[in-house]
Order: sequence, then C-alpha cells, then structure tokens
Amino acid sequence: MDLVRVSEFIWEIPKSGEMRVPARIYASEKLIELARRDQTLQQARNVACLPGIQRMSYVMPDAHQGYGFPIGGVAAFDLEEGIISPGGVGYDINCGVRLLRTDFKERDITAKRKELLAEVFKEVPAGVGKGGITRLSRSVLKEILVKGAEWAVEQGYGTAEDLDRTEERGRMKDASWEFISDRAMERGIPQLGTLGAGNHFLEIQKVDEIYDPEVARAFGINEKEQVLVMIHCGSRGLGHQIATDYIELMENKFGFKGLPDRELINAPFRSDLGQRYYKSMCAAVNYAFANRQMIAHWVRDVFARVMGSAKGMRQIYDVCHNVAKVEKHTVNGKGKLLCIHRKGATRSFGPGRPEIPEVYRGVGQPVLIPGSMGTASYILVGTKEAEELSFSSTAHGAGRVMSRNEALRRFRGEQIRDELARKGVELKATSWKGVAEEASAAYKDVDEVVRVSHETRLGKLVARVVPIGVMKG
Amino acid sequence: MEKRYEILEHMADGKFRAYGHNLEECLANAALALASLMWDPDKIQPEIGESIRLEATSPEQLTVKFLTELIYLLEVKSFLLGRVNGVRLEEEKKNGKTIYHLEAEVTGDRLSGQYEIYGQVKAVTYNEMKIERTGDGLVLQVVVDM
Repeated sequence: MDLVRVSEFIWEIPKSGEMRVPARIYASEKLIELARRDQTLQQARNVACLPGIQRMSYVMPDAHQGYGFPIGGVAAFDLEEGIISPGGVGYDINCGVRLLRTDFKERDITAKRKELLAEVFKEVPAGVGKGGITRLSRSVLKEILVKGAEWAVEQGYGTAEDLDRTEERGRMKDASWEFISDRAMERGIPQLGTLGAGNHFLEIQKVDEIYDPEVARAFGINEKEQVLVMIHCGSRGLGHQIATDYIELMENKFGFKGLPDRELINAPFRSDLGQRYYKSMCAAVNYAFANRQMIAHWVRDVFARVMGSAKGMRQIYDVCHNVAKVEKHTVNGKGKLLCIHRKGATRSFGPGRPEIPEVYRGVGQPVLIPGSMGTASYILVGTKEAEELSFSSTAHGAGRVMSRNEALRRFRGEQIRDELARKGVELKATSWKGVAEEASAAYKDVDEVVRVSHETRLGKLVARVVPIGVMKG
Repeated sequence: MEKRYEILEHMADGKFRAYGHNLEECLANAALALASLMWDPDKIQPEIGESIRLEATSPEQLTVKFLTELIYLLEVKSFLLGRVNGVRLEEEKKNGKTIYHLEAEVTGDRLSGQYEIYGQVKAVTYNEMKIERTGDGLVLQVVVDM
C-alpha cells in the first residue's frame, strides 16, 4: 500500500482501486510505525471505499486497529448518497469523558485523599455485572433514552448548568426507543449509574501544567495543583447490544458481499434501517449522558460530605468519543449537512461554532483526552483549522500497544498499586488482574498523541493533569 | 484431555480459538473461552441451569448471537457460566436460505463476592472470525470487544 508523507505529521494513502477518496493519517514517525504494525492503515483505506464518503477517510494520532473502521477513525458521509455504520461508531456508543473542576488545591485534600477515594468507590457502582442503585421500570428507561442527562437533572442529579456544559446539552434530539430491542433494554435497566470495567475509570486529578492560561481560565482552570475529577465511561450493555443488533439487521437486509470487511456493514443514511439505527444510537448516547450525569452527582455528594463542601465543583465539559452526528461542514466551498462518524475520536469545534456552550464560544470547545491508568490526561481546545483538517475532530486517548495477555504476564495488579502509591497515587479497583491488564505500559504514550494533535492544530494544548486517586472498575 | 480452546494475543481486545469435532463442540468450547476472559469457569459452582434458544442465518452469525447471549445472561441475570452441557444445532432450508437453530443448556452460578471477575467483554465481533476444517474437526476463531 502506498503511504505518502505530506508533511511532518501528515501521511496519505492516495486514491486507488475501490477507494472513493484518499485516506489521511495524522501521526509522528513513532506513531505511524505503530499504525503500520496492525490493520489501522488497511482499515482507513477500506473506509475510503464506502458510498457517499466526503473529502477523506481520516485517522487520528492515537489510532489503532478496530473492527471495520479503525479506532481513531473519522469519516463523513453525504446524507442523501451516504451511509451510516454501527462499526463506524463502535460498540460502546457514547463512550466519553466528563471533567469536573473544584476550588480545592491538592494540599487541601491530602489528609482526606484516601477517604475521598474510598467513599467514591462506595458510591459509584463499578466492575463487571455490578448493578446500579435503582431498579428502573421500562417506562422510566424510555424517558431516559429520550431525555438523556436532562432526565437525570430533573431527578435531582446535578444542575441545569451541567447540561449547558455537556455536548448536545446531554440530549440528542433525534433519539427514539421505538427501534431498540428488548434485549438491549434489559441490559440497560440494571446498569444505569454504573462505571463498568475494562478501560473505564474515575480519577481525582490535579493540574500539573498549564500551556494556555487564557483558555484554561475560560474553562475554570486557574492554577497548578487545582483538583479535578474525570469520569470515563459509556452506554454500557445497552449500547453494546444496539450495535450488535443493528450489525445483524443490516447484514440480514443488505448482505456483506462486496464489503472488504464484514464489520463495515452499513445502511443508507436515509433508509428505514439506517434511520432506525441512527435514532437508537442517539438514544444510547442519551443513556450514557445520563449515566455520567448521575456519577458526577455522586462524586459531588462525596466531596460535600467528606470535605464539608463541594467547593466550586462545577462541570467543565462532557464529550463523547464514539458517535455519529449530523453536523454542518464545508465541502468544496459549500456548507452542507453530513453524518460524521467519530469512532475513538473527539469533536474539536473551534471558536464561534453554535453547537458549543456560550461560555466557551469565544475560545473553542474543551477537548478531554484521558491517558491510561495512572498517567497524565490532557485538556485541549478545539480549533477552526480542525474543520478543514478532520471535520473538527482529534484524538480520544492513548490506545493500546500491548495485548492483555502480555500485560498479565508482565505485571501484577498489586505491584502496580504499590508503584502508584510510591508516586502518591491512590488506587482502588474491583480486580487486581483487571488492573494488570490496564497497566499504563500497555498503552501508547499519550504525550506523543497530544503533541501531534497540538502541532497539526487538530486540537491545541491547554493543560496537563495527573491522577492523585484512581478508581478502576 | 484434548485442548478445548486457546486464548490468542490481540493488541486491544480478546481473541481465542475454540476446537471441536463439529460446530456444536466448537461453540460449547467458545463459550468457555469467552468466560475465561472474564472469570475462571472451572471455579464456578454448578448451582443454576440456563437454556439458550436462538436462530441465525450463518454459522458466523450463530457464533455472535450465542456468545452475546452469555454476556446478556451475565448482565441481566448475573449468571456466571461454568459449564456447557450440550449444544444442539439444526439446519432448516427456507426460501433457498439456510436457517440455523441452536439449543444449548449451560450451568453456572450467580455472581457473588466469592468469584473474581477480572475482565469485561462488551461485544462479540466478526473481526478475524474464522471457521475452518482441520484434520479431524473444526476450529472457530473469535475476536471480542473488551
């Protein structure tokens, strides 16, 4: 396969064969080498063959091999001639990140750090098969699927200000529960308000470095050592089942002949099945927004109880990094509505976009990029340039470089806990084996990922944060 | 004892091969392989039985649906699979297409503090899925999203 270096951080696979557009990868030499080792480039090329794709098939700096579409893949499709694909969104619909700021400094919470983490661990259900606090009725679940985080706020979980600082205000308006299977509903009922397991986590963090003080201030980040809380989770079994169901339905309806990969199965966006998937996916997005809204509320409760007050604890933003959305972008000089698939990619709107909250419209959208367990995470800001570069998208995290088996052979959970403790990081987890699988050495260097994002202007660096307490499901 | 399954290296997710003389045995062993990514099936007490019935339009789809059912049983019924007592398959020709009917009986126990759950399988994928004949049987390869 041809891979042409366009500039220091831009690589392209020129159009050939069945490709309708070229593929473009944003990466340093180090990151492109990692992408070459697995199927990432081939998958980016396959996506470029899908009907109605616009401009290019894009690959973000943290990309790795996924199913059908690469993780870290961004593709936009024409609404009339293009498609929508569950594989372009991923199984964990609206897997995303929420970030809360506080007025506390690290030294304010040092004495109570252990207690804070222990209480959060008690309040926020986590781990495999761990149910939420309430047994929902099906009618309430339907309401949540339509209203998202708005439902949670109506029930007293957080405030309307949280909604203002959430992508889509925590509710995708095109959502419908009507085309969601019983199985998906059943999986959704026990899991609302749960963190889950795997790479999902909740961290108490401190600001470690500020790169752009002006934008940081606009986001509510004032100085080093300031305490933040990051929540990383998604739509749980409900979203996973919707993806599985629609892959089957699309396969039964359209077959997968002619597709280079079975997981690229798709439906025309305007088709009945395409619309059913889109509306169900929006409902799963809403479920995940409600999920993070509830978890954030419990975290605030814990801070209020343990510290005596949830001093200045306010939401900075909530982003989804597995989603398909209808957005307006410019193609060939004309503004047009497109179905943007971001699979393991974060939206990064620059200043002025009407979709971003008024408080941030002057500076751009906060972009939250979690690192691996126990390592730094980053706060970036969206740029105007990203519209042209990647339909306003950037990276979403670190991405694995080591298999779970190998991580299990090399690391022990208890040893990781002790090492983190020596660095002053507290760790609570539901399984030590699970901790070993998520060892930070099994992940790419997130510093390199955000450096490429910054240099290419996909998203600019604002601040680096490091954990002081980690809760892993 | 013959090897029932083996867990393979996969950068981001879970991958395994299940072996058997036929597709029924392969699916039974694939269920154990899937469970082993989350808990140790040999340690699960045989306290409860569950029956699975489903149909699919291809052996690959059958694999996805059968294994997804075990994730469903975990998440909705807190059921941890310990053993597969039998998988029966029937093929039916309908309008020129083959429909695969599966029935399976599994035993296991409810999730509780006595069992360590160390991983979570989110979904079963078609990625790198292979069903291949070997000398005296079949091998089924599956990648799951974790």
